Amino acid sequence: MLKIPVLRWGKPYDSLELDQVVHFRTGEPIAQVSQANGGIIQRDLRKASLARDILREIPCSELIERLGRAADLYEKGTLPLGDGSQSPDEFAHQQSATTGLPEHMCRANMSKNSFVLKNMKQILDCLTRGLDLDILTRGYGVEHRGVVVSYQAQSPVLGAVLPSNSPGVHTLWLPAIPLQLGLVLKPGPQEPWTPYRMVSAFIEAGVPAEVFALYPGGPEAGAALLSACDRAMIFGGSATVEQYKGNPKVQAHGPGFSKILLGDDVVDHWEDYLDLMAESIYINSGRGCINCSGVWASRHTREIAQALAERLGPIEVKPPEDPQAGLAAFTVPGMAKAVWGMIEADLKENGVTDLTSAYGPRLVELERCAYLRPTIVHCQSPENQVAKKEYMFPFSTVVECPQEQMLAKIGPTLVCTGITEDPNLIRQLTDAVHVDRLNIGPIPTTRLNWLQPHEGNIIDFLFRSRAYQLPAEKLAAV
Amino acid sequence: MSTTESSSAHLETLRKQAQDRLDAHAYDMIQWHFHESTGCPFWLEKKAELSFDPLKEIKTFDDLRKFPLFEDEWLRGGPVRRWVPKAYADKPIYVFETGGTTGIPKSRVVIDDFRIDYELFSETLPDKYFPRGSNWLMLGPSGPRRLRLAVEHLCQFRGGICFCIDLDPRWVVKLIKKGWMEHLEAYKQHCIDQAITILTAGHDIKCMFATPKLLDALCLALEERKTSLRELGVTGIFSGGTEFTPQWTRYAVEELLGGPPEESGVYMTPTYGNTLMGLACSKPVTAADGYKISYYAPQPRAVTEVVDFDDPMQPVPYGETGRVKLTTLTREFFVPGFLERDEGERELPFEKYPWDGVSGVRPYRGVASQTTVGVY
Repeated sequence: MLKIPVLRWGKPYDSLELDQVVHFRTGEPIAQVSQANGGIIQRDLRKASLARDILREIPCSELIERLGRAADLYEKGTLPLGDGSQSPDEFAHQQSATTGLPEHMCRANMSKNSFVLKNMKQILDCLTRGLDLDILTRGYGVEHRGVVVSYQAQSPVLGAVLPSNSPGVHTLWLPAIPLQLGLVLKPGPQEPWTPYRMVSAFIEAGVPAEVFALYPGGPEAGAALLSACDRAMIFGGSATVEQYKGNPKVQAHGPGFSKILLGDDVVDHWEDYLDLMAESIYINSGRGCINCSGVWASRHTREIAQALAERLGPIEVKPPEDPQAGLAAFTVPGMAKAVWGMIEADLKENGVTDLTSAYGPRLVELERCAYLRPTIVHCQSPENQVAKKEYMFPFSTVVECPQEQMLAKIGPTLVCTGITEDPNLIRQLTDAVHVDRLNIGPIPTTRLNWLQPHEGNIIDFLFRSRAYQLPAEKLAAV
Repeated sequence: MSTTESSSAHLETLRKQAQDRLDAHAYDMIQWHFHESTGCPFWLEKKAELSFDPLKEIKTFDDLRKFPLFEDEWLRGGPVRRWVPKAYADKPIYVFETGGTTGIPKSRVVIDDFRIDYELFSETLPDKYFPRGSNWLMLGPSGPRRLRLAVEHLCQFRGGICFCIDLDPRWVVKLIKKGWMEHLEAYKQHCIDQAITILTAGHDIKCMFATPKLLDALCLALEERKTSLRELGVTGIFSGGTEFTPQWTRYAVEELLGGPPEESGVYMTPTYGNTLMGLACSKPVTAADGYKISYYAPQPRAVTEVVDFDDPMQPVPYGETGRVKLTTLTREFFVPGFLERDEGERELPFEKYPWDGVSGVRPYRGVASQTTVGVY
């Protein structure tokens, strides 16, 4: 069994408090993970500025190159992990064993992370709108237009309280290192794998170990990290998002409530978009905030729901190592049953129909875990309670709603795919401030272009653009 | 006879003596609490509901198992005088509260118990690190809590003067429940500011009580001011709470206090207690022992047992995990078998405390998710 230590600015620390990470199906221990207490985190973070000092000694361009090497190591290398090592296959197996995600999805997430690392130069170029990255290092500089600009780092490190259930989110913190900010991560209790492997790959690729801190731990560790970092991300539910609303130090990522809107001009050809809808709902076992949880249209909604149910309803639970496995397990005892209980309660409402019920029970309980099979629910009205729900499995409503009411009724939406040619609807979608990522046209909600910002531009979160004036002679020397 | 056999026989003798003392004490306390002339109205009324006569049938500590489990709900609400033993009706009475963030707090009447408990505890403190006559800082909850007066008495008993801060733990719990973390941080800072003001005002403070969280915050705040508890002259720290895990203790010793007492000159002793019990002391905590913390109740005045989760009348085997069960046996207060909100492992007796102890104390798994740990 692997022993995974806390990492305190690159130095391993074996805690007296240990958490055992077990296989979700067999209960077999996979790793023993040291747990950090809050005091350690608060204390270590007083030295956070050293991480930025160290990284500022290495040009951003050089760090980007090292990230390219890290990408290959992460995807293909056997890397040190705790008191042992880890090959890519072991990574996929271990991540699957503790998170319930099928192994082929774990491999796909590896490729996604690796892709982002390899393309960091282009990603940063887009996120900074072509800014010379040396300006971020120095804090100021002259743009190619001859204008003085200043970007001031708001924190020497980026912190992140990471989830256990969605390995896809790790791409969000990857830009910190090439932006010369240290990384302070609290891995999810069941998913220490990605943060540890990624940091191991970074170090093997030549990024100094002293800029990384990894603090597995309980809720106290998460609270300590958020209070000690001047810029941090947290992943959680709606309550978490609400708690940190308006807090400039914390970027809270919650449910996405991502949706597909079919305009009146295209809805009669809804069959053309069935593949797109099914992919948006089902890919990655519907776990992501970018998975579609609501298809909205003014007509044909019952037929759309029926077709989606026929496509997704028969999907069965398969073992995690099966390349055809499409469903992830709920590994927290009682969770799947509780989720299904909430859905059943919502199904009692008039005008709400589960169209997948014809394909057998949705809740599948095994000895140590449970699954929820894809569920498609038709709503006659956007007022139905279930219309705005999102769950961590392939679940979607198909909501009947007049086009002119859609934007007022959909609520906050992380990814909105608006399939329409109607310029009026496109303009309204473009102006809707409750929509984050907007796809106009037949683009699955799950298909992200990495050159676009996600839930706010990380550059704006980490750096502040401000006035910076210099005498002409000093300006000339910049 | 080998040395091992001899020390084992000696321990067995001590254990037997302690058990005899406990049995005799239990008998005395039952006679006191259930006699019409001395008992409190609550127990005298309860006697009528019992299926046995305590005065005749309770002769040993084990006989106390005949009582049903003590329900802490009985302590909520008045009239509080129903808990005052008739023999003490004319004495000045304190009431100490526990809980109370929402709803009616549990209250316990006290005459002298807190003084007696803390005088007994005083005997366990090493004079080298808790010098007699030195002044103390009480960095813990104020208000209707036993702890504030108890620590002050401990200090006075040892010849010193105790400085205190204002700290309302109920507000702290409310802040946590509301998720007002910035306010929580500000309130903690307010407490730490009060402490630093006292520590740097020339009061010659050498000893202190602090909750683990406040001790942590105080040490960090002092470091930011380029000083430390040791530099300010503090050599002895008394602390307590379920957050006192081996890992936290190690962190405190290695990183906050600058090493073990022989290197840093600062000694910290963990304790376990509450308003219903006295104060359980810890076996000395060392790095060699993995910073394991084992508590021993102040027998015969209070007894802690580690009992089966499903059968609270059944102690678990040594080393096994169970729920902490408390029995309080003083002339002021009788609590037969109260199930604490904590669990831990049953520990063997040893020479200093020849009765059972409990280690690894942590919130009981059945209520852990509902417990909001505030400042202590």
